[in-house]
Amino acid sequence: METMRERFIATATELLDADPRLAVVLADISAAQFASAAARHPGRVINVGIREQLLIGVTGGLSLAGLRPIAHTFPSFLVERPFEQVKLDLGHQGVGAVLVSFGGSYDMAAEGRTHQAPGDVALIDTLDGWTIHVPGHPDEAEQLLRHAAAGNDRVYLRLSGQSNPGPQSIRPGVFETVRAGRKGTVMAVGPMLQPVLDAVAGLDVTVLYAVTVRPFDATAVRHAIHAADSADVVLVEPYLAGTSSREVDDALIDLPHRVLALGVGRTELRHYGTPAEHAAAHGLDAPSLRERISAFLR
Amino acid sequence: MTTTQLSQFGYGDLESLMALMTGDEKHGPAATSTLDVLWVLYDRVLNISPAGADDPGRDRFLLSKGHGPMAYYAVLAAKGFIDAGLLPGFAGYWSPLGHHPDRTLIPGAEIGSGSLGHGLGLAVGMALGLRAHELTRPRVFVLVGDAELDEGSNHEAIAFAGATGLDGLHAVVVDNASATHGWSGGIATRFDREGWSVLIADGRDHDALEAALNAPHPGQPHAVIAVVEPRDSPVARPAANVR
Repeated sequence: METMRERFIATATELLDADPRLAVVLADISAAQFASAAARHPGRVINVGIREQLLIGVTGGLSLAGLRPIAHTFPSFLVERPFEQVKLDLGHQGVGAVLVSFGGSYDMAAEGRTHQAPGDVALIDTLDGWTIHVPGHPDEAEQLLRHAAAGNDRVYLRLSGQSNPGPQSIRPGVFETVRAGRKGTVMAVGPMLQPVLDAVAGLDVTVLYAVTVRPFDATAVRHAIHAADSADVVLVEPYLAGTSSREVDDALIDLPHRVLALGVGRTELRHYGTPAEHAAAHGLDAPSLRERISAFLR
Repeated sequence: MTTTQLSQFGYGDLESLMALMTGDEKHGPAATSTLDVLWVLYDRVLNISPAGADDPGRDRFLLSKGHGPMAYYAVLAAKGFIDAGLLPGFAGYWSPLGHHPDRTLIPGAEIGSGSLGHGLGLAVGMALGLRAHELTRPRVFVLVGDAELDEGSNHEAIAFAGATGLDGLHAVVVDNASATHGWSGGIATRFDREGWSVLIADGRDHDALEAALNAPHPGQPHAVIAVVEPRDSPVARPAANVR
């Protein structure tokens, strides 16, 4: 199956041909796959080498010069290593850009901790004015990339090798109701949708599907809670557990409510292996999710 | 086009304009080190004016070394980008002029800076952006300090700009010997070995600075090392070459 990364490269290549405002900035990662686009648009496909501070600095400078830059590498090197550049060269300058990562939390399980950044969304979430998209399928990744490329704002598009079997009908910024129930509300983010649907089979719960996690669609959460018998919310996020707990609390500030926040744990596993093994270790495979969700909802 | 006709103040007014700002004594010497370079840039080199502050064809000046911005604010006031009446409010809650500049608050300021090591990378991106737009006339100038070069981010930018022959980019390094561990072989070698055109000039000599900043450098980015008295020197600032 085509990965989100492959779809990103194909879509960005097409957009470069169509939109003279667009630029792609790379730090060696995926540079070979962008070679044909670079040959056609040498001024707008820029590979700075293994220099991630410069990756974001150049992205900010391009935006100041009126272009719409898309910067891309693995999340550790896009968000964590040049974090101050993300904060200052984009946010403090008051300019926009699209940051596209690929590698999710433990996509690169065998590479170890150096290539894993489950805290990327939480880090971006400390900053002002960012939209964060976490698609669950290559079709959704393409739709969100096209939407982001056409804008002027600051967007973090988090792509993963983990993918749902099929795409959902999505709207940027809106949590979709995938199924309705009365015993609680489970919010599945991006690639967590299929494990969640497997986990809640036969349970009387609402499942919300989120691909845009910032801004947070508080209205959808409130609607789901009002339609249910309980104000119990389960968050299932494919990155650091608890990243969106604050948003749920804010959405339900006038209601007594309970939140179970599931996601990638803080503890460094110090194991290699496969993404599926890491999902199980973090309790994010369907059997673990079913056990934890059932115990919480009562 | 020059901004001479628009200016309300001359070089001789800068000291009194700076005196309107108080409360930034920590950064006083740093502010003074940049004064002549800033004046020469705005008075003789840059193609910018308050009326054309958003003109796509303008030259860009990026103050990377955002510390001690009093000289910068004084020059912006002298050239009519900001009202000199704002200077006494320096660093107050409602003032647009803080200890580190914010581009969203100051007309004509291309970047906000203060955290060292950000301007060169932004300048590289800006020069690439102008090139992508096929705007070949506007030049990008970025002012950094010699101690600022301690930040590794600068060296990512220096190596990349040299390797790609980014000739729209101009770095002005104000060298007041303030880097804690110095630069073995001199600052110029850091640029020269990466393929830049490099000139060293007396950072107080206006004619020498103008010549160095405007020197041709086809196919290469250009660096001017503007040498001023050492920060810790007991000697007072020498009289500048005033036109």
